[in-house]
Amino acid sequence: MASRKGLAPSKIVVPGNKGVKISRAVTIRKPADALYAFWRDLENLSLVIKHPVTIRNLSDIESHWSVSAPPGDRRVEWDALIINDEKDKLIAWRSREDSEINNAGSVRFEPAPGGDATEVTVTLEYQPPGGKLGALLAKLSGEEAGQQVGDALRRLKALMEVGEIPTTDGQPVGEPQRKKNQ
Amino acid sequence: MKAVCWMGKKKMEVQRVNDPKILNPRDCIVRITSTAICGSDLHLYDGYIPTMEKGDILGHEFMGEVVEIGPQVKKLKVGDRVVVPFTISCGGCFHCSRQQWSCCDNTNPNARLAEVLYGHSGAALYGYSHMMGGYAGGQAQYARVPFADVGPIKIESNIDDDKVLFLSDIFPTGFMAAENCNIEPGRSVVAVWGCGPVGQFAIRSAFLLGAAKVIAIDSVPERLRMAEEAGAYVLNDDDGDIQERLNLLTGGRGPDACIDGVGMEAHGSVYDSVKQKLKLENDHPYALRQAMRAVRTGGTLSVPGVYSGFIDKVPFGAAFGKGVTIRQGQTHTQRYLRPLLDLIENGKIDPSFVITHRVPLSKAPEAYETFCNKEDGCIKVVLDPNA
Repeated sequence: MASRKGLAPSKIVVPGNKGVKISRAVTIRKPADALYAFWRDLENLSLVIKHPVTIRNLSDIESHWSVSAPPGDRRVEWDALIINDEKDKLIAWRSREDSEINNAGSVRFEPAPGGDATEVTVTLEYQPPGGKLGALLAKLSGEEAGQQVGDALRRLKALMEVGEIPTTDGQPVGEPQRKKNQ
Repeated sequence: MKAVCWMGKKKMEVQRVNDPKILNPRDCIVRITSTAICGSDLHLYDGYIPTMEKGDILGHEFMGEVVEIGPQVKKLKVGDRVVVPFTISCGGCFHCSRQQWSCCDNTNPNARLAEVLYGHSGAALYGYSHMMGGYAGGQAQYARVPFADVGPIKIESNIDDDKVLFLSDIFPTGFMAAENCNIEPGRSVVAVWGCGPVGQFAIRSAFLLGAAKVIAIDSVPERLRMAEEAGAYVLNDDDGDIQERLNLLTGGRGPDACIDGVGMEAHGSVYDSVKQKLKLENDHPYALRQAMRAVRTGGTLSVPGVYSGFIDKVPFGAAFGKGVTIRQGQTHTQRYLRPLLDLIENGKIDPSFVITHRVPLSKAPEAYETFCNKEDGCIKVVLDPNA
């Protein structure tokens, strides 16, 4: 398949019947260009993804991702390639062929009614590590990917709208939680 | 520092915990000079609010002195004297831009929990469960205050803590409840269920907004007396049919507006007590049901009383059939700080009238019990964090 200029060729990496598909949306009170610019530098995403993740830009369209994943919190790594890029509107990506975890996704930035905010919609598809069992384990341990995407979008919204992400980590607490947290 | 910790149903404990630290650039730390127990804290005490954990620090009515500021705090300075509103708001989201501070999008780190129950999350609150943000509260010697430039109001005069402390919650909450009644000055009759602290402020606020008559309903004599001192006509709930008596006091019309200042733990219905005990229902809407039936055709129902979950046998048909407007929700506290401080400083109201008990922070567990059981004429408890 022919690729657009400067982008990786698009390719089906997650067959329709094998993947988990997630869509989440959030409205952020910032213009699309600011949100697009933040997202386009993919390393920024590690600021809003709560789950420990390392993202390294390899080139303008290639990045290396490393996350811990079930079962057993091992590292899962892959390279992502940008396959579609419309300035201030859309970014789409997929994993390199034969990655350990095949995945593909997109983020779309559209003006919200009223003109002072942007609707940000993320769609992700992936083949869970460890197959169906892995997906089940992930779900049971509360690390379900849909929640992660939802959390990341909420954190992105707070960071863009008010410059910080709300937290209570490190605040005082009484026993028995205090012991548990230390 | 010392702090009041929730340790399970009807179990409070004063513990030594770490002092709070600045965690985000827009935080400040307040050394607390006065703090109070709110009627809504009794819902926590009685174990009706989900997602509490043992060791959580309670308290959302507090004031004090700024002792530390984060690098992005622009307006407040160390040494400023402030009252902190109980709703934590970011100042930058859609809702904050419309003064809907209690609907803030960006302060609840556990918004996901609230979304499970409510569909969407409102603002975080201090010391009010993990679902509502899990922030440590202000029944303590120090508190971390996020978005220091958005919430706290600076008190420039040397007016007593007692007069301004209740800007943190109950005065704005009572005021918003009255404002939500769409009072026509000189004409509207407002009935208030519950003469606890919020009810007392709702009664006085209704008069400030020009209500022709305020009718106060409760069954605790000293609370009714306090309502009477404000000029309200009082009805003891134990003395017979409320609706009939309200009709007689309003020429058969019914009150133009009814305020449910009681909320989810109203007494009076065996049906609800049984269901609540069996966990089939977590809120008792006894006052709400009465208010819905009593309000006049085309009237307004204003609900400052706290509800957290599901309620049964609510006469929604009565509300529909009469075209009743329902207004409710957590208080948009920040909206009222400046105008209500002006009323206090101009001598139009002295909120300290409501205080019946002053105890050291170390005696908070006993104070919770006294307040919960309405013993010893207890209406409002102020805690001294330094005693």
